Amino acid sequence: MSLNNQGRSTGAGSAEMASTPTTISGDRGLDHEEKLIFELGHGAVGVDLPDVKVADDRLGGMRRKGAVGLPGLSEPETIRHYVRLSRNNYAIDSGLYPLGSCTMKHNPRLNEKMARLPGFGDLHPLAPASATQGALGLISELMKWLTTLTGMPAVAMSPKAGAHGELCGLLAIRAALEARGEGHRKRILVPESAHGTNPATAAFAGFTVDEVPAKPDGHVDADALEAKLGPDVAAIMLTNPNTCGLFEPRVKEMADAVHKAGGYFYCDGANFNAIAGKVRPGDLGIDAMHINLHKTFSTPHGGGGPGAGPVVLSERLAAFAPLPLLVHDAKGFRLVETRAEAPEGAQPFGRMCAFHGQMGMFTRALSYMLSHGRDGVRQASEDAVLSANYILASLKDVMSAPFGDGPCMHEALFDDSFLEGSGVTTLDFAKAMIDEGYHPMTMYFPLVVHGAMLIEPTESESKESLDRFIHVLRSLALEARAGQTARFEGAPHYAPRRRLDETLAARKPVLRWKPDVLKEAAE
Amino acid sequence: MRYLPLTTEDRRAMMAKIGVSEIDALFRDVPDGAIAPLSAFNLPDTQGELEVDRALSRLAAKNIAAGSAPTFCGAGAYKHHVPSAVDHLIQRSEFLTSYTPYQPEIAQGTLQYLFEFQTQVALLTGMEVANASLYDGSTATAEAVLMAQRVTRRSKAILSGGLHPHYAETVETVAGLFGEMKRVPVSPGSAEDLIALIDEETACVVVQSPDVYGLIRNLRPIADAAHAKGALLIAVVTEIVSLGLLESPGAQGADIVAAEGQSIGNGLNFGGPYVGLFATREKFLRQMPGRLTGETVDAEGRRGFVLTLSTREQHIRREKATSNICTNSGLCTLAFTIHMTLLGEEGLSRLARLNHAKAVTLAALLGKLDGVQVLTPAFFNEFSLKLSRPAAAVVNALAAKGILAGVPASRLGGADDLLIVAVTETATDEDMAALAAALKEMLS
Repeated sequence: MSLNNQGRSTGAGSAEMASTPTTISGDRGLDHEEKLIFELGHGAVGVDLPDVKVADDRLGGMRRKGAVGLPGLSEPETIRHYVRLSRNNYAIDSGLYPLGSCTMKHNPRLNEKMARLPGFGDLHPLAPASATQGALGLISELMKWLTTLTGMPAVAMSPKAGAHGELCGLLAIRAALEARGEGHRKRILVPESAHGTNPATAAFAGFTVDEVPAKPDGHVDADALEAKLGPDVAAIMLTNPNTCGLFEPRVKEMADAVHKAGGYFYCDGANFNAIAGKVRPGDLGIDAMHINLHKTFSTPHGGGGPGAGPVVLSERLAAFAPLPLLVHDAKGFRLVETRAEAPEGAQPFGRMCAFHGQMGMFTRALSYMLSHGRDGVRQASEDAVLSANYILASLKDVMSAPFGDGPCMHEALFDDSFLEGSGVTTLDFAKAMIDEGYHPMTMYFPLVVHGAMLIEPTESESKESLDRFIHVLRSLALEARAGQTARFEGAPHYAPRRRLDETLAARKPVLRWKPDVLKEAAE
Repeated sequence: MRYLPLTTEDRRAMMAKIGVSEIDALFRDVPDGAIAPLSAFNLPDTQGELEVDRALSRLAAKNIAAGSAPTFCGAGAYKHHVPSAVDHLIQRSEFLTSYTPYQPEIAQGTLQYLFEFQTQVALLTGMEVANASLYDGSTATAEAVLMAQRVTRRSKAILSGGLHPHYAETVETVAGLFGEMKRVPVSPGSAEDLIALIDEETACVVVQSPDVYGLIRNLRPIADAAHAKGALLIAVVTEIVSLGLLESPGAQGADIVAAEGQSIGNGLNFGGPYVGLFATREKFLRQMPGRLTGETVDAEGRRGFVLTLSTREQHIRREKATSNICTNSGLCTLAFTIHMTLLGEEGLSRLARLNHAKAVTLAALLGKLDGVQVLTPAFFNEFSLKLSRPAAAVVNALAAKGILAGVPASRLGGADDLLIVAVTETATDEDMAALAAALKEMLS
């Protein structure tokens, strides 16, 4: 099995031809074959702008000589093109999206409306403080929610995504170590079950990665972790609840041990949505944790971003938070942009990005929090955990649950041992779900389980929706185990595309449209 | 709670199926005492849509939106008109509420627009390949320096003083861990001598054009000098509309282009989310960070698109990945692509010319005022003024009159008497006259 993640396929699989007749247009009812804009474009313009000639330009002789080569479409053509494209996408709004570790929950539309209020959406990041008091006040309010929910004293708001937050947390740790004169601590302990971003971020921040094994019950081997601690350890980097969907029962012990050994505890907060409003990470001894606003607090995933990854920090790390810093004094809110202006005691390690973070996501997240309230946030966590356990309890007799009867947290982990000898691969099984109208679960992650299938229903599904999903998965599992492989072979059969040849894509990369490529293809 | 479908009855039935009688039985691995009572959270309870709307609208009303006032703020973020179709299309459920396209059979919509986006970015920048975007221009610049360090196996970077200071600080924070980041001071409105500093240890030279003070730079001599020493030229663009009128960085010899794409399709959003554009030469493809979409065929031979070359990425390579980045700026790339499709060649050219024409007019208007000196000889839609009074005080005074006069350079660590002024197609003649009149009053 090649390593892959989130259910990525690795090859085209069996090339079974469709049995349905072809159409003249190439479209199939509501399934549209849509060309690229470069094939559709014909010099039309979808905006009306005056044709200003700049005879006496001030461009210093750097005026463009040739054309860019961009195609243009009128407004109706543009809308039709992108609407037709959109119809080839699966989405939360159209169905249950059980991607474990990704948290595909409902995205409330009030949040979209709030983010588009001109006072937020049309506000310049470097407008004077007097013109931005409301926006800075919103950030301050969100900071209060994040620190209160996590029980942590400080939060850095600028990281633009989860992995960016990890980097921010590790750079704060690095700065704190250097301030203590212990910059020689370079080793970070990372469980083998961790998200790929964890070891990548540790390396990115100039640390070395030392893997900690998992125990057969899916928990991090706390004894092995403690044995690896030493004077060169900078930090441990744990996910809790972990990537197997389990709460680490010895989390406080591990926190105490790393602190005693002079290191810090970074927590990957990707799974905070299982415990928000119920368990405060600050009570567990965590020093830094990023919060994926696009997971726990419902900002839309948008087909792969943008996200937001504020990092909460313990007392030990708070002083090292990056610029800019939000301060509040008698004159109101303002941003401190340089080290020289930083309040006493602050030792910012640097800057994560231009400006001050993903404001558009902050507005959405605060809108979500205010709507739920503390009671709703807690209820959402409980419902997410309840729904995952309901799935585990309903499927564990036909699929294989590697860590027994549970309970799990917000996601239910299965392995592929129930498919052994059936002739159906894990990938086949997942692709058959597409034909049933479902996005597959996360597959082959976490790596510590063979043929992992990680199901995260979130709190957004009704019981009827969960029951239907369970019925489909039970039926698929029973068919596969009975050796009825027909619907699995070459699945999906009913998607806009059959399995795509990823090997070809990687071996002969075609990463942009070119007229000559078109010619080659036609030959 | 309106977003939670489960009823009390449902919850009871589900717990019965699981075999527990209370929800906390599912949290049994949480250490004793670590489940906090609700009262431990000093926060409000559930509110209806009306109440939340009211509370946030009240905050929004305290700000001065760019569209509600004459606005001349730039310095890395620009107020442009975004066609209505853009925001409508990006709010389609299928785009807004889908995940990263890891299941390509049911994500062709996202994958195809990313392929279109990559092509548009490559064309605009004059480069061979572009990725599916990074977080923003500043992080794209940091990634570009890291990539240059990998490609050249050298560690030193030379940063032009015209590089946006936030960008330079972002680069220093990340790439500075692995080598010297030499920032070269510049006199606003002129170019510093970067060529003399390039040596055999230099991985890259980073030059922004138009620079943070608005000055258009000629990249070609710097590219030639860098190449002669085995170093790369990284070109940074914070106002992507400029490429509708200016020679592309690729045509001037750049090896990597890192740019901010916010101006096309995306609002100001008080600084984010934006969209980082990243393009390079094909020979560096395997050292490139970020997601890439590629063309392939499905089992029936039909054209389709997939995320590809992921062996560079963290979910496969873990600590050996080219970057820790796990996302792109998906929906912002879609907005960029749609707006760029509406513009096309002719629309982009007109937009760029309109911006430049307004800037030429405004520079002439302001240059006539006592106490104002235009410092930037060659510019696109942004230039710097030397004022006879501290710029921050002037900006604050004008904001009180409902005019957003620009960005004081002191806000970015620059000189007190410098004001960076940007003007786009959204500024009317009346707006420009209002700025001139207010400045005249302040400075005379």
